Amino acid sequence: MSDAVSTQGSIPPTQTERRNGLGRLIARSEVLRGYLMLSPAMIIMIIGVLMPFLILVAMSFWTRDGFDFDTTLTLTNYGRAIDEPIFGAFLARSFWVSGIATVATVLLCYPMAYYVAFHVHRNKMLWIIMMTLPFWTSYLLRVFAWKVILGYEGVINSSLLTAGVIEAPLEFLLYSQTAVIITLAHAWAAFAILPLYVSLEKIDRSLLEAAADLGDGPTKRFLRITLPLSLPGVISATFLIFIPTTGDYITPALLGGPDGAMIGNLIQLQFGAVNNWPMGATLSIILMLWIAAVALVFLFVTRKSKESLI
Amino acid sequence: MSDVSYIRRPNRVLTVYAYIFLIVLYLPVLSIPLFAFNDSIYVRFPLQGFTTQWFVQLWERESLWDALGNSLRVGFFVAALSTALGVLAARAITRTRLPGQSAIVAFVMLPIVMPGIIFGVALLVLLSRIGIPLSLYTVTLGHMIVCLPFAIATLLPRFEGFDKSMEEASADLGENGWFTFWRVTFPIVLPGIVASLLLTFTISFDEVIMAFFLTGTEPTLPMYIWSQLRFPREFPSVLALSTIILFVSFIMVFAALYIGRMGLQKNDR
Amino acid sequence: MTPSESYISIRNVGKKFGDFEAIESISMDIREGEFFSLLGASGCGKTTLLRMLAGFETPTRGDILIDGQQMNDVPPFERPVNMVFQSYAIFPHMNVRDNIGYGLRRLKLPRAKRNDMIDEMLELVQLQGYGDRRSDALSGGQRQRIALARALILKPKVLLLDEPLGALDKRLREQMQVELRRLQRSVGITFVFVTHDQEEALTLSDRIAVMSGGKVLQVDTPDGLYERPRTREVAGFIGSMNFIEGKVLSRVNGHATLGLSAFGEIQVDAKQIGFVEGEAVPLAIRPEKIELLKEPSEGAVPGSLELKSYHGERSYFQVRVDGCDDLVSVSTQNAGRAKLRALEEGAAVWLKWRDDAFIVLDKN
Repeated sequence: MSDAVSTQGSIPPTQTERRNGLGRLIARSEVLRGYLMLSPAMIIMIIGVLMPFLILVAMSFWTRDGFDFDTTLTLTNYGRAIDEPIFGAFLARSFWVSGIATVATVLLCYPMAYYVAFHVHRNKMLWIIMMTLPFWTSYLLRVFAWKVILGYEGVINSSLLTAGVIEAPLEFLLYSQTAVIITLAHAWAAFAILPLYVSLEKIDRSLLEAAADLGDGPTKRFLRITLPLSLPGVISATFLIFIPTTGDYITPALLGGPDGAMIGNLIQLQFGAVNNWPMGATLSIILMLWIAAVALVFLFVTRKSKESLI
Repeated sequence: MSDVSYIRRPNRVLTVYAYIFLIVLYLPVLSIPLFAFNDSIYVRFPLQGFTTQWFVQLWERESLWDALGNSLRVGFFVAALSTALGVLAARAITRTRLPGQSAIVAFVMLPIVMPGIIFGVALLVLLSRIGIPLSLYTVTLGHMIVCLPFAIATLLPRFEGFDKSMEEASADLGENGWFTFWRVTFPIVLPGIVASLLLTFTISFDEVIMAFFLTGTEPTLPMYIWSQLRFPREFPSVLALSTIILFVSFIMVFAALYIGRMGLQKNDR
Repeated sequence: MTPSESYISIRNVGKKFGDFEAIESISMDIREGEFFSLLGASGCGKTTLLRMLAGFETPTRGDILIDGQQMNDVPPFERPVNMVFQSYAIFPHMNVRDNIGYGLRRLKLPRAKRNDMIDEMLELVQLQGYGDRRSDALSGGQRQRIALARALILKPKVLLLDEPLGALDKRLREQMQVELRRLQRSVGITFVFVTHDQEEALTLSDRIAVMSGGKVLQVDTPDGLYERPRTREVAGFIGSMNFIEGKVLSRVNGHATLGLSAFGEIQVDAKQIGFVEGEAVPLAIRPEKIELLKEPSEGAVPGSLELKSYHGERSYFQVRVDGCDDLVSVSTQNAGRAKLRALEEGAAVWLKWRDDAFIVLDKN
């Protein structure tokens, strides 16, 4: 030990020189340092999200004036959106299409997430990656793939024709609401699986054993324990699919045809061919307001139903 | 199966369902390479024979190479910047008690859940009002908004997963903030950083919704594909291009997810 | 060089987290080279105090001095103290050697010198040959030794230990207690040790500060705390204790006679304490200071045995005494007391004590 003690001299004296005012304040204040580290991301988000959104809100109260805008604030666009049935119809159809797609996705993904959470013991990570992998690859290409499959001369029709099952190609496959719903449900599956999986994985297995011990069979166990406890996952999966898909325009543009067009296509038209930006802004705001309203109602309903489940 | 507890007994119906699910999940995407090698201008059965001519054709397209270059430039820049900002943000979120923190996080995560079209048109409106012409820079800004939440979401579990006292131990042993970051924080979160880089690059490279509104005269690769989709005779070459993109994307994302989750599982033990 | 009486000086230190007052106001001194423990239940402020010594929390008020140097504004990486963390915080991406040598980078030592120091530390904590092990393949006890070596290699003026034995199982914990004590003696560094385990604090420490609710209740040696706890809280926290209320009957020549209702009268020394006739006085007596008898005896109080429990080297008896709501706890050594152990529950017993076995507690 004596040698170790002799090394004491080699340790430099503690530096106690004081930093300058600001530097010292930042070093001392944890909160300030935290905000400083968050600020670059916040600046990007303020420039890219908050400011554009504020201008979008302002523009929704403007009107088109030839190739320019009339910046006097008016409710004209909102009035049009309410009076002209086409806007309401597109909105209703968007909610209908993405609502069906959402329900289908959550229902189809739940057993899958359940399987991985409860019945996969080895290579769990591989399963999770396999389930979510397609989601990260090009959305456009996945939609395109469905166009290839559902097309008039696509995979399904041509193989059914070749096999002699049908005489003429099935026309309802492409350019229809069905095509949009199928594609949306398929494309967003990973977004549903992850939250469902996480909420199921979190369930303490001993709760199920306790329920079994207290006399519940598999069905009762699922309804009284697993389902209520995984409800947060179901709710977030529903939100994560329903909200982005209502505004989608890629899928309806490629696969929807006239029947399958959604509010996103209408908004896009206002910024493109129709060239009525203020109307497009108004429609965007209305879409957001409706999404918020539907989300709130949904949250309220699930909260109520959760109480009745248990 | 007596070695498996009562609750975990295997369920045959579910197992079959799971495998069917996986097959259906991949089937549409797999049809793309199938027809990319098909020696026919029509995308339909029966297959006409094997060819690589569609791939060879890609080689000669000047505009495609330009679009690829644009996408790569935007992708690299977005990946690097969003990951760097994501590291700072994730550290701040996990390591400090900030007033209003949950509101800030919700705001930053907004682009993951809101319809992309709203961000696209909103940004378009802002840019046109302040007179900034559309270019690759505006696409980059749009992609930053899309990628930043994913970068943070990828990095957060990394920072949450490692004990705060690691950094305190380093400070306690005489290293200041800078050296603590390089000697302790960075190596521990490195898998998360790699995952975030790969993931944000792929997202940017494939992104089409923002690019649709924000692209100027120089298209990104997805915008190029979008423009080609109007011409059915271009289908085979789009299929060939898509095959390459899908192949590269799948590898990169698989690596990202694998690396990103690798250490996390180990920490659980 | 004589050891300093006030090597670490804590003066009116308080800490608030928002509205929550973690530490009200603490003043105490820790001597050079001593093994000092902060003992208390979780949430009593002991870890906060330790983290203020390390520099991870800044006091909201008051001063901390180490070896005469003001520490309040010194960041952790410039303080002459090192810490063993509760989780050990072993860097997962480094092997054992690199973990131990982590703090040496700043000293810019030649490689050979560094290696010598690390080897010496490996030997000190008895981990020779483990230097190249990956740090995620180690047991809890080994991780703890590495955490110790990593901190001690820098020859800190003070070593801070935050419940370092909490994560270990009972046997390993007892073994590490012995080693920790040996280590502290051999390096001679001041240890400040945080624990919630009173037995551990009694075994290891030169002195202990008992904390509760952000305050220090008493600072004393282990036997001082055990034999002369000042308040009911301290007395109850350390070991088991019977509490009895007494009443001052008379006071003559520095002696006071206290009436204990069902337990008769006792004489206590009343020089220091201002006894006033008719006033209530809180008293305490340890179970082992009460004698348990099977037959009546001069001055013994009768009772009946309600419960007995066997604890290996000792037995505990709960005795019901008429006119007293609480059961009286009595303990006896088991060596050669077969007759007492054979007592049936419900049997008549007698209790006897020496007057000076009673501890007079502070009124609060």
